[in-house]
Amino acid sequence: MAKVKDLVDTLNHASFPKVRTGIEGFDEITAGGLPRGRPTLVYGVAGSGKTVFAMEFLVRGILQYDEPGVYMTFEEGVDDLKENFRSMGFDLADLIARKRLVLDHVTLDRAEMRETGEYSLEGLFARIDQATQLIGAKRIVLDSIEALFAGLSNVVILRAELNRLFRWLKKRKLTAVVTGERGRERLTRHGLEEYASDCVVMLDHRVSEQVSTRRVRIVKYRGSAHGHNEYPFLLTPKGVSIITVSGFALEYKAIDKRISSGITGLDGMLGGKGYFRGSTILISGTAGTGKTSFATSFATAACQRGEKCLYFAFEESASQLTRNLRSIGIDLARWTKQGRLQIRAVRPSRHGLETHLLRMDELAAEFKPSVVVVDPVTPFGPIGTFVDIQVMLTRLIDFLRSSGITVLFTALTPSDVPFEESAAGVSSIIDTWIVQGDRQVGDERVRNLHIVKSRGMAHSLRLANFILTDRGVEVLAAATSVPMEKASRVRHVTVRRNRPGQALET
Amino acid sequence: MKRKRVRKEFILRLYVSGATPHSTLAIVNIKKICDDHLHGRYHLEVIDIYQELESAKRDQVIAVPTLIKRCPQPLRKLIGDMSNTERVLDGLGVRERQMPGIEP
Repeated sequence: MAKVKDLVDTLNHASFPKVRTGIEGFDEITAGGLPRGRPTLVYGVAGSGKTVFAMEFLVRGILQYDEPGVYMTFEEGVDDLKENFRSMGFDLADLIARKRLVLDHVTLDRAEMRETGEYSLEGLFARIDQATQLIGAKRIVLDSIEALFAGLSNVVILRAELNRLFRWLKKRKLTAVVTGERGRERLTRHGLEEYASDCVVMLDHRVSEQVSTRRVRIVKYRGSAHGHNEYPFLLTPKGVSIITVSGFALEYKAIDKRISSGITGLDGMLGGKGYFRGSTILISGTAGTGKTSFATSFATAACQRGEKCLYFAFEESASQLTRNLRSIGIDLARWTKQGRLQIRAVRPSRHGLETHLLRMDELAAEFKPSVVVVDPVTPFGPIGTFVDIQVMLTRLIDFLRSSGITVLFTALTPSDVPFEESAAGVSSIIDTWIVQGDRQVGDERVRNLHIVKSRGMAHSLRLANFILTDRGVEVLAAATSVPMEKASRVRHVTVRRNRPGQALET
Repeated sequence: MKRKRVRKEFILRLYVSGATPHSTLAIVNIKKICDDHLHGRYHLEVIDIYQELESAKRDQVIAVPTLIKRCPQPLRKLIGDMSNTERVLDGLGVRERQMPGIEP
C-alpha cells in the first residue's frame, strides 16, 4: 500500500518544477536539481562542505542560470567568504558590485543580549526582504540559521518565527538552501527538518588513515524520484563534484566493438577478438610476472590503430619505462614522438587520492585518449584505505567509460595473499580480469596467465604459459577458446590442477 | 569609601517595527523604567527598523523590539517588549546601584 501511495504522490507532484544547481553530479542524482521556490535543508558535520555547496548553488545560479542570489551568513564573515571562494575562482566581490549577489553577515552575541519579554524576528525579515528586493533574488542561502538558537533562548518564539520565515520564503518563491549542523537524535541539532521538509540533503565527511572521504545522500525529496545511495563527492578547486557511480548517469552504451590486447595469443583466449571497447580490464599478478609488458602491448596496439593512449606510470619514469620495454621490442618512444602516447609518471604518495583522481580526469579530458592505462593501481595502498581506492577507481572508470574510453589497470598482488581476497571489492567493476603467475619447472620459472573472468564474451579458462621475446609477449599454450556454457565444468579442473593456492569461488 | 559617584548618562536606542503590539508595549515599558530609575540622565531614541534599515543592520538588530545601550559600557542588547522590569534593569546595569552595601 505504501508503495502505491508513494507512486501516487510522485505522480501528483511530478510537475514540481526544479532548479538546476549547476553542481557537478547533483542535478543527476536529484533528477533535475532542487525544488523551485522551496527551501531545501542541507545538513552535515562541521567541515562537510555545506558552505561550499550552498555558495556554489548560488554562484552557479547567477552565472549559469541568470538567477541572482542572497547569501545570509550567520557564521563566517563576508571578507572570509570572499577570500575562501576566490581560490575556487568565484569572484564574489564582482558579483556583489554587479548587483547579482548580496552577502550579508548576521551576528548574534549572546553575551551582550538580555531577553526582556516577547519579540519577533522582524529585524531579520526586513533584512532578507531588502536584500532580495535589491537584486531581484531567485535564490537564497541561510548558512546556518541554527546560529539563532545559540543567540536567542526563547525557543517557543524562535520556532514560531522560523515557521513564519519558511512560509515567507515559499510565498516569495525563493529557492532556498538552509544549512544545519548534524544532530544526535534528530537530523539537525535544532530540528530544522521540521521547517524545510520538501528536500533534505545530507553531507558527510569521514577521515580514515588521513584520507578524507566525502559523501552526499538525498535523505528526502518530496514528490520526486532521486538516487538513494551515498554518493562520494570531492571538493575540487572548482567546487563540489559528486561521483554518480550508480546514479542516474549509469547508462553507458555497451559497445560491441572489440579491440586487440596487443598480444595475438591473448586475443585468441578472449574469443579470438580481444577486449570490448569501453570495458575495464585488470591484469594482476605477483612481482615480475610481466604486467607492464601486457599493459604496454595494449597501449602500443592502440597507437598502431592510430588511436591515442594515456599511460599513467606510478612506479617507473617515462624514460625508464621506455628503456625497459625496448628490450622486448616495444617501442614507446616512437608513439610518444608521434603524439599518440602520453606517459605520465607520478609518485602516488605525492598527492592525496582526490588530487590524483582530479588530475587523471583533467588529463584524460585534455588528451582525449581512446585507451587509458594505469600501471599499477596498487601503490595507492599507503595513501588510502581499500574502500577509498575502490571509490577512486570506480569514479575514474565511471568517468572514462562514459566517454567510451577503455581502461586497463595492472595490480601487484602480494605473493602471500590470495588475490581473490585482496581484490574482492574491485572485481565487481572489472569486465575482464587476467591473473598472471609463475611457477618453477625444473630450474626455470615459467610465466603463465589465466582469465578469471571476461564479461559478455566466450573466453578460455585454460592456464596458458607465455614468454617475453624481443618481439613482445608471446602466449605459448594459446588455448582454444572454450564456450561460456562449458565454463563451470572446465574451471574446476583447471584451477585444481594448476593453482591449488588460488581456488576460485565455486 | 570616598568614591566619587559619577552619574553616567544613558544613551539608549530602541528599535521597533511600526505600531505592532510588541513595539508599542516596549516603548511604554522602557519609558516608565527610565523615568523611574534613570530620571534626568538618559537619552532614548526610538527607531522604526523599516524607516532606518541601514542603521538596524549596522546594529545587528535581528529581534524586534531591541534596546541598545551604548553608554555606559558595556554594550548591551535588550530584546523583547521590556515587560520583565528586573531583566531590563539588570541589562541596563542599574540594579547594582540599589543593592545594599553600595552607595545609596
